[in-house]
Amino acid sequence: MSKSDTNNPFEITANEIRGRNIENLVRLITLGMTWALILPVLVILGFLLIKAWPALSIEFILDNPEKNMTAGGIWGPLIGTFMLIIVSLLIAAPIGILAGVYLNEFARDNWFTRLINLAVVNLAGVPSIVHGLFGLGAFVYFFQMQRSLLAASCTVAVMTLPVIITSTKEALASVPQPFRVACWNMGASKWQTIRTIVLPNSISGILTGVILQVARAAGETAPILFTGAMISSRIADSGWASMVPYALEDRFMALSYHLYIISTQWQNVPESFKFGTAIVMIALVIAVNSISIGFRIYLRSRKKW
Amino acid sequence: MTTQLPQIEFQNVTISYGKEIALRDISLEIQEKTIFGIIGPANAGKTTFLKSINRTLEFEPSAKTVGTILVDGTDISSIKNVYSLRRRIGMVFPLPVGLPMSVYENVAYAPRRAGIHDRQELDELVERCLKQSMLWDEVKDRLNLLGTKLSGGQQQRLTIARALSHQPEILCLDEFSIAIDPVTTMKIEDVLVELKKEMTIILVTNLVQQARRLADHTAFFNKSEMIEVGSTEKIFSNPEQQLTHDYVTGDFG
Repeated sequence: MSKSDTNNPFEITANEIRGRNIENLVRLITLGMTWALILPVLVILGFLLIKAWPALSIEFILDNPEKNMTAGGIWGPLIGTFMLIIVSLLIAAPIGILAGVYLNEFARDNWFTRLINLAVVNLAGVPSIVHGLFGLGAFVYFFQMQRSLLAASCTVAVMTLPVIITSTKEALASVPQPFRVACWNMGASKWQTIRTIVLPNSISGILTGVILQVARAAGETAPILFTGAMISSRIADSGWASMVPYALEDRFMALSYHLYIISTQWQNVPESFKFGTAIVMIALVIAVNSISIGFRIYLRSRKKW
Repeated sequence: MTTQLPQIEFQNVTISYGKEIALRDISLEIQEKTIFGIIGPANAGKTTFLKSINRTLEFEPSAKTVGTILVDGTDISSIKNVYSLRRRIGMVFPLPVGLPMSVYENVAYAPRRAGIHDRQELDELVERCLKQSMLWDEVKDRLNLLGTKLSGGQQQRLTIARALSHQPEILCLDEFSIAIDPVTTMKIEDVLVELKKEMTIILVTNLVQQARRLADHTAFFNKSEMIEVGSTEKIFSNPEQQLTHDYVTGDFG
């Protein structure tokens, strides 16, 4: 309490001291939780790096597995996962983006739209192994794609569609409604408005969401386990054939499956190889994400409001 | 200069949002090449009235219209190509909206959609619209500036320029001057009087004196109903309803 004789209007009161203490406490707790989030990530990455250190080299990345995976590198699985990401993107992006545009821009709010939205949300909660089995039944057997890169990519695409649709809708919804109204008032049709105003101002958010989701899903083992991944396939060691080693109808090696095999099924694989594979896999996902984040920063710098 | 056929005619029009009635049993006629003023307090249904004319009310899922609205003798609910209706009507709403593209492209947007691609024709059109909205002198050296980067008042005038850009036959202005300084407002009012030779203007305004200065006919809306409509002179000097008298003299409330 302020002393009555000093009568200083800026003197701090007991109430304000209490308020300041509470604020400090809240800040400390939230800061602590932030560190609780960051620390495990740093510890895991550091642990992996130390364990993988003996194996890490340019040759480890660029060479194919040799001698029952006890020697050589991981080029085959690495390029396999990369191709899986690309093909999945080519399948998932057009379907997911166009469906998101329909749901956000054209669909009226009726029971059918609500049913679709409910289905999208629920599909996002289906475990990846179920998607894997669905892919086996639908793409491998019913559509007779056999176990192949194409069947696996379709499975990964289906798995990512719900999240792609949701993130596309969010990106579209972030374009202010008055922009659309202004265009309609000038006699522009819905499609003209979408093409000239809505899409140019939301495409960065849309593409970022798509790339992030597909890169994440392509790192999973379950969707490719029954649909196209294989333990070992000889591919060329150099030249064009080593850059694009798998055709769409081929079975392929993938990092996630490779890691699963050498960790649980194979004997005599050096420990550093397992951790090295994990590190390269994380690096690939981070690299793909960085491309999409860089892309987003570039497009956002041109954002117009 | 009245013609036999009114350009816009409302026949017993009632508009509701869900259970809430926004306009109740409106019947009125607006003659070609006149300025029609609409005055009234907030929530009187003035903006709903404008939205119903170019059928952008349809974008409000709960809005329901009963009655007939005629534009040039045609029931607008029967118009299949609604874009042809909207292109004939210029609409300016109170919130200034600069589209996220250059000032030039903002004004050229509607003409481009209508198929005008000749650069010289577009240049002339953009210049004329920006001059009519009293924005030309401020932006003529920076037509590539983003429309969203203009000040509020400038964006408001950009909105007016856009509404003029598709050369409408009917111009609807909803509180066009709230973000614009009084001097510029007076200049735009002079332009409106000029434009009256080419088009019908509907002027919704909170500034009672603005309606008095510009409008040939004036309607007074209050609580979803049209209290009175008549020549501006009559509404302001000798209204039939006590409510109208109170509103135009400032005794309202």
